Amino acid sequence: MSTTERILTDEILDAVREFFPRYPTRRAVVLPALHVINERLGYVPEQAVVELGELLELPPPEIQDTLSFYGFFKQDEPRGKLRVWVCRSISCSARGGEEMLEYLCRKLGIKPGQTTPDGRLSIEYAECLGACDYAPAMLAGDTLHKNLTREKIDAFVDSLE
Amino acid sequence: MIDYQPVLLANIGKKDSHALAVYEAGGGYRTLKKVLGGTSPADVAAAVRASGLRGRGGAGFATGLKWSFIPDRYSGQIYMCVNADESEPGTFCNRVLMELDPHQVLEGIILSCFATAADTAYIYLRCEYPLAYKRLQAAIGECRAAGYLGENILGSGFSLEIHIHRGAAAYVCGEETGLIESIEGKRACPRIKPPFPAVEGLFGKPTIVNNIETLACVTHIMTRGVDWFRSMGTPSDPKNPRDPGSYGPKIFGISGHVNKPGYYEAPLGITTRELINDFGGGVWKGRRAKAAVPGGISTGLLTEAEFDLPLDFTGPIKAGCLGLGTGCMVVLDETYPIIDFLHNSCRFFNHESCGQCTPCREGTRWALELVQRIRAGRGRILDLDLLLEIADGIGIIPGTTICGLADGAAWPIKMAIRKFRDELEEYIKQTNPDGYASTEPALATAQ
Repeated sequence: MSTTERILTDEILDAVREFFPRYPTRRAVVLPALHVINERLGYVPEQAVVELGELLELPPPEIQDTLSFYGFFKQDEPRGKLRVWVCRSISCSARGGEEMLEYLCRKLGIKPGQTTPDGRLSIEYAECLGACDYAPAMLAGDTLHKNLTREKIDAFVDSLE
Repeated sequence: MIDYQPVLLANIGKKDSHALAVYEAGGGYRTLKKVLGGTSPADVAAAVRASGLRGRGGAGFATGLKWSFIPDRYSGQIYMCVNADESEPGTFCNRVLMELDPHQVLEGIILSCFATAADTAYIYLRCEYPLAYKRLQAAIGECRAAGYLGENILGSGFSLEIHIHRGAAAYVCGEETGLIESIEGKRACPRIKPPFPAVEGLFGKPTIVNNIETLACVTHIMTRGVDWFRSMGTPSDPKNPRDPGSYGPKIFGISGHVNKPGYYEAPLGITTRELINDFGGGVWKGRRAKAAVPGGISTGLLTEAEFDLPLDFTGPIKAGCLGLGTGCMVVLDETYPIIDFLHNSCRFFNHESCGQCTPCREGTRWALELVQRIRAGRGRILDLDLLLEIADGIGIIPGTTICGLADGAAWPIKMAIRKFRDELEEYIKQTNPDGYASTEPALATAQ
């Protein structure tokens, strides 16, 4: 394969290499590397797994084996630019979290697990965000949205425009 | 009102409580300097053992005893894994410590690594905590610059590196060997024990796995002494030689149907009623409580009548719960349907079972199927017995699985059905008036 077809850029490879000194094995770099790739590309396509295998000197199936365990990494297509997790665990659910998830989905016309057609945002449900003191809660990118109401979701969606 | 001056939360609430300067101004790292200036690792370990400190992450295992399992006269590499995977539904106290007082966390880690001769610590941090990640990273940087981390810390000859290893949204990574597998870059399927991690853990080396809050307690034991720590909590029961007692302060979380959800510090042994009324501002909307989850959903349910039992390591067990768990309580008011609790819990554990043990993989799947059927108005009284049969058959306690995830899946089912059977039967009768008594085999439904 020619180098122009490579998915993992030099910047990505360097960011992964930074983790090497932290671990005694290359295999232990798999999870940090998947995070690095996922942050840059919004997903971890199969080709990235193959190229990561070359970098870590691991058979790609070993990396795929790990990747497929963690629902966090998507493989078929990139997630939206902003990843939104709405918590549906017990504390949030007891204070209306599932209604908030439904409301947000209806507003954007997508289902949990889907991405808006413009690729701007994807919605997922979360299994406890550990923000029970702010239930119902939602994590959008790195921002925690606390004590959700329909009005707050309206304002959040408006802020996207 | 409980008369108690917070220790674990003492720094929290100050402006920029996460900054090194603020932590040091409150006395932070003074104990580290004192210990590295002349206390032996064995003395630190002995103090922790004598304090009776038990793990704050859920299982309540004695911390000093765990440390003592590192083989005698072993001189090779030892790892510390800090469990910051806090994924137990209803739990958020570690998040508070990491976001608002990361240096308290780090001082505890450094002291504990000194005591156990670990030269590398990995903080296994769940990826759902971006602020904690940022704050811990910054705090580690400040520590290195101040000479509290790295080579030859404060001239003591002790060296330590702390790395953050981010998880990827899998609950089972909170199980200590699942966590180790995950750091090694594998699927987080828990290991068969023995060997225990203290003998053969991360990368095949002796490894200590401790929770964030547990390690934070170590600093305070070394600062204030063993007697101070043991002056709080519930002493061991003289009639029960297997009860080591529940000593020290604990951060309790409270969420769900209360007026003031939040985190509060109190000695172990306060009651659920005190936590709800004195700290949580009472049940919301002027209602009564129906039940409370004592410490994360896996611990089960306390009924309102059980709210006067102490929240220590044995109190919730007396009411049939799995344990104190994480000490983060979820309160459910009188209008909340128990079937919804059952559904929420079964859905969670079905989602989180790692799948390697058949009883857990299949049991959590079928439990969810049954509960979904009940909620869809096709439930039968018989289904409650089937659910109990599943719950009684999966987990370490019946001896059918490798790790305790299945016990955590089973307990909410057992508690919900055994404590709220009337309500559940009534629900089934009302939603399925023609079929509730059926004993015919029912067809599975697609999810």
